[in-house]
Amino acid sequence: MNTLTPSEYLPEKTSDTTRLTRHFRAEKFDFWSFFFSGLTGLATLFILGILATILLNIIVNGWSAISWHFVSTIPKKDFFDANTTGVLPMIVGTSFRVIVMTIFVIPVGVITAIYLTEYAANTSIITRIIRAAVNNLAGVPSIVFGLFGLGFFINFIGKNMDALLHNPTAVWGQPALIWASLTLAVMTLPVVIVATEESLKAIPPGLREASLALGATKLETILKIVLPQALPGIMTGGILAVSRAAGEVAPILFTGVAYYMASLPAHLSDQFMDLGYHIFVLSTQSPNIEQTRPILYATVLVLLMLTFALNIVAILIRARVRKKLRALG
Amino acid sequence: MKKLITILAATVFAASAFAGNITVKGSDTLLILAQKWAETYMTSNTTVKISVSGGGSGIGFAALQSQTTDLCDASRKIKPAEQMKCAAVFEGGKRPTEYKVALDGLSVYVNPENSLKELSVAQVGDIFTGKIKNWKEVGGPDAPITVYSRENSSGTYEFFKEHVLKGKDFAASAQTMPGTAAIVQAVVKDKNGIGYGGAAYGGSSKLLAIKKTDTSPAIAPTEETVMNGTYPIWRHLFVYVDPAKDKGDIAAYLTWIRSDDGQKYVKDVGYYPLPKNLRSGN
Amino acid sequence: MTPNPNNESRRSHGWMGIHRGHKARPGEWLAEKFIFLVSLSAILMVLLIFLFVAREALPVFFGQTNTALVQKPIPPDEMDKHSAAELEAYLEITPDQLAKLPKSTLRTMMDIKVEAQNDIPEDFRNDPDASINTTEWKYLIAPHKWTDYDKPEYIWQPVGQIKKFNIIPLIVGTLKVTLIGLLFAVPLAVGAAIYVSQLARPRVREILKPAIELLSGIPSVVVGFFALLVMATVLQSIFHYQTRLNAFVAGLALGFAVIPVIFSIAEDALTSVPRAYTQAALALGASRWQTAWQIVLPAALPGVFAAAVLGFGRAIGETMIVLMVCSASVLSWSVFDSARSITTTIAAEMAEAVSGGPHYRILFMLGALLFAATFVSNMIGDFVIHRFKNKLEGKR
Repeated sequence: MNTLTPSEYLPEKTSDTTRLTRHFRAEKFDFWSFFFSGLTGLATLFILGILATILLNIIVNGWSAISWHFVSTIPKKDFFDANTTGVLPMIVGTSFRVIVMTIFVIPVGVITAIYLTEYAANTSIITRIIRAAVNNLAGVPSIVFGLFGLGFFINFIGKNMDALLHNPTAVWGQPALIWASLTLAVMTLPVVIVATEESLKAIPPGLREASLALGATKLETILKIVLPQALPGIMTGGILAVSRAAGEVAPILFTGVAYYMASLPAHLSDQFMDLGYHIFVLSTQSPNIEQTRPILYATVLVLLMLTFALNIVAILIRARVRKKLRALG
Repeated sequence: MKKLITILAATVFAASAFAGNITVKGSDTLLILAQKWAETYMTSNTTVKISVSGGGSGIGFAALQSQTTDLCDASRKIKPAEQMKCAAVFEGGKRPTEYKVALDGLSVYVNPENSLKELSVAQVGDIFTGKIKNWKEVGGPDAPITVYSRENSSGTYEFFKEHVLKGKDFAASAQTMPGTAAIVQAVVKDKNGIGYGGAAYGGSSKLLAIKKTDTSPAIAPTEETVMNGTYPIWRHLFVYVDPAKDKGDIAAYLTWIRSDDGQKYVKDVGYYPLPKNLRSGN
Repeated sequence: MTPNPNNESRRSHGWMGIHRGHKARPGEWLAEKFIFLVSLSAILMVLLIFLFVAREALPVFFGQTNTALVQKPIPPDEMDKHSAAELEAYLEITPDQLAKLPKSTLRTMMDIKVEAQNDIPEDFRNDPDASINTTEWKYLIAPHKWTDYDKPEYIWQPVGQIKKFNIIPLIVGTLKVTLIGLLFAVPLAVGAAIYVSQLARPRVREILKPAIELLSGIPSVVVGFFALLVMATVLQSIFHYQTRLNAFVAGLALGFAVIPVIFSIAEDALTSVPRAYTQAALALGASRWQTAWQIVLPAALPGVFAAAVLGFGRAIGETMIVLMVCSASVLSWSVFDSARSITTTIAAEMAEAVSGGPHYRILFMLGALLFAATFVSNMIGDFVIHRFKNKLEGKR
């Protein structure tokens, strides 16, 4: 009984012992308990049902329309035409922007996580501000990232780069792959930080202490002992960031995506086509909805396969890391 | 950091090596047509490389003033603010040159079961502004009208608002649909619906004949009536270019687009070719 | 995927105690400073986002934009009679540009201005609305009786001769869709969180949790696509409403997108209630459900509340779903009417807005507004979770 009474542990209501005893008299079969447990179970089932419906609908309709020709073709004339179209440029564009993003986000995210777990004192003001900033960054609407990319990367950095390089026409001061990737890197920074932090915390402190005791410096310990151990966690973070970024459309709308490009993107200053944006275009701009439906489903399936494959890998790695963490705690 | 600088540097040089090509950017309405022109032109003129991209007329004009595109496709006329920005950067303070490249007839769609056959432009305007709310006011059945309109960022929306609604606002009750196909689909399902869009995209909806004024004859939207200007709701589609660049390959390409040869492809994508007197070489 | 600020390790900064002595090594010291600087990037980014979104919107805040249709043109011949500042405002250029541009170019620009005035249709020239600068705050927020309207109304019609930028319909639209989404998502997600964390057997939990979190792996453009193609039709055939694409469909689809967010945070909060609570309750003879409902849920209530708040932040910022499903800017609280959210407006209209023009500025202003709204809801959510965890751990 003692554990229940301190008022700082529980809200006033439940600390009232008379209430407690009244409610918790043992009964053989409590209809309401059964009923409400059933309700929460139903809620869970309902969510899983939605998930299953969406996935099945897409897989069933998409599978029949997908073909090797479809994923390996660059549409030349009219991408609403189911017979000749393909999604190769979109797959390349999405992959390209995500890869460039990773190059930027992983180092910054990992270093921040190292600072937060290895160097910072948990109680210091600056750590709290960093954590608050990371949380906030995770909650900024994706369209605001798009505006930020346009206002900062293109209109500020890009235009100034053009001025500095004396480009006769704008090369950087316009939507481009690099700006879309950087915008996404800012967006996915919290994902990488949190995943890395989690894995850093899962490493037994004894390992660090042993390394230090052997005379290694702190930096050496981090680079040679801590980081290799944390690698699965860092990978999870990277994969989660990639899968999140791969499906995002709003941040790239103004920063680099193209409605149509005749060729594959070859440079960082090129625009690119994108799977997610292509789904948007196909489902809203098609001149004939019925004719576009199969290729639309096929495109959705391609995007889902990409993000889901990444997600499942990340979940598997994360489950292992968590288990390790739990074993420690 | 070092990596970043090398990548950036490499790209700067790579990007500037492409000066000789023609880039086309702008309206998504014109995109498929622009792509078709480019493909066809490149097969007979192998030395020219044309790259086409969309985004919207506004994006195209922005690219024209930042000189990142040679040609700007537009489904609307250039606005004064955009003209001024172009003049501020173009050589000699010139304005961009405007070329009309195709005609687009906009038709008014109703449900195939609707007994109505014709409306005047003013009546169409009143329906879309919400002044006329029931079909019986224009001689149809006694039923409330459901109005379907486009997203306000589309050039079709703007044209319809300026020329049919005479600048008045669309009714607050108008349903906003993302594209012409969605409007057609909605009108075909809704027997009291009315919508607008390209004459070629009507599908199984009924296209109304339109009277210019209350007393003039009703004209159905066909290639002939749009081209000779008797059908009252039509617009030009444009290409804009910096006059300083309008020479050599670019001028040749623009001439070809507007020639009999180039205009052959316009109909394939649902628009109408220019009348003979507006074509190049006439 | 919201990072948890309070996963404060049980090991405080124990082994760091040693590091003081390493200051003697300059390389080590430098690396440490470098790591510190990089870790500030998250703070820097939040500041930059705010600064640069607000920067593009500044002219609206300061009333420097003018959308009045009829303006008094300056005849090009009288160019020299006007001050530089007047010309800059008139031609919408910077002082730098004014100094650099040749006279002839300025003249062309002034000609364009005069022509634009001459091109105004006769109907509008005498319209009292034509001399209104519609970007003043008064017109952005308060209703106005425009010509052709019977009463003062809130109108967002940013394209046309007289551009109407009243943001109230957009705010109402955003809230409408968001609330529908939350009303749908919160009970489901919290119910599922209770089930998964309290009632399910451990083995089942190990499967259910990642399965629900998988929902967050579906990109919002795919949810939007599904809502547009499948849900809209199915729901219409069930409820028989008039408008196929409406706030109800958008709200439900939005709900799908926020369920995993709310679920994860709520589940985390419920799990972090100390086991002693449940054990005590069970020992007293309470059923599993009674324990969950009367002990664990009240104890975790702040966390569940935070989950809903963070879900709200996620929902008002969601773009693609609402963009694809509904977008008419009607001021209506009816669930079965269309709605236009702030995010939709920005995404749909930015491409056609004249870069740097009033419409462009107002879209950035809306973005800043959205940023502020999510900033506040994130802050509240985090604050509540922080307090809640400290309380559970007995810290004050």
